[in-house]
Amino acid sequence: MPSTFDTVANIISETCDIPRETIKPESHAINDLGIDSLDFLDIAFAIDKAFGIKMPLEQWTQEVNDGKATTEQYFQLNNLCTRIDELVAAKGA
Amino acid sequence: MRLEYFQLIDRIVDLNLAEQTIRTEARVPTTSTIFEGHFPGFPLMPGALLIEAMAQTAGWLVIGVTKFTRMPFFAALKETKLRAFVAPGQALSLSAKLLHEGSGYAVAKADIRCEGKLTCNAEITFRLVEFPNAEFRASMEKMAAILEFPMGALAHG
Repeated sequence: MPSTFDTVANIISETCDIPRETIKPESHAINDLGIDSLDFLDIAFAIDKAFGIKMPLEQWTQEVNDGKATTEQYFQLNNLCTRIDELVAAKGA
Repeated sequence: MRLEYFQLIDRIVDLNLAEQTIRTEARVPTTSTIFEGHFPGFPLMPGALLIEAMAQTAGWLVIGVTKFTRMPFFAALKETKLRAFVAPGQALSLSAKLLHEGSGYAVAKADIRCEGKLTCNAEITFRLVEFPNAEFRASMEKMAAILEFPMGALAHG
């Protein structure tokens, strides 16, 4: 079974035509990979479907806009994968 | 259908929140300045407006599913097929099904049939945002009434 990171990295690679080998756990989706908000909708759709979750993007964006969180907390891939794992665990609880 | 006002559907026939589906209908006007250019001697409903009609149909579904708390804005289009010509005066049956309601976005598939025949279809992504202001929301509620949007269904959905 692929790791959460592998699944997410494959989705990003296929959705945004980014070479898979350039996508690292420490990559920031926006700052390093150059993913814009429209492309991120496609990625979010694929992630939501793959994991059976609903990533709370509105809440995350609001927290960033309010200065309560940094973009790294949600959009650096290792952190994003941790959030996904938490959402998957919460779904099964 | 009032092309000049970008009102591409005439009536909401059915809104099923449990199934997350909607059906609408529209009739292409017999005359419009649009047909003078598209095309002289061979008037056709522009494909871009057929796509907009599908987006409006799917958009009302999203408004229903989100219980009028979010406004869907057209963001992306995929797998679009314009399968047949649509002429002035033709009656259109439109339908849409929600594929996914995400946080801040939604994805739906939609299609148009003429006399039972599949005429066009697409997958549409919307950004969902809060209504920008009270005036805009009021105009959408007014349009909902014109289209016979079943407000009562929201309370039971």
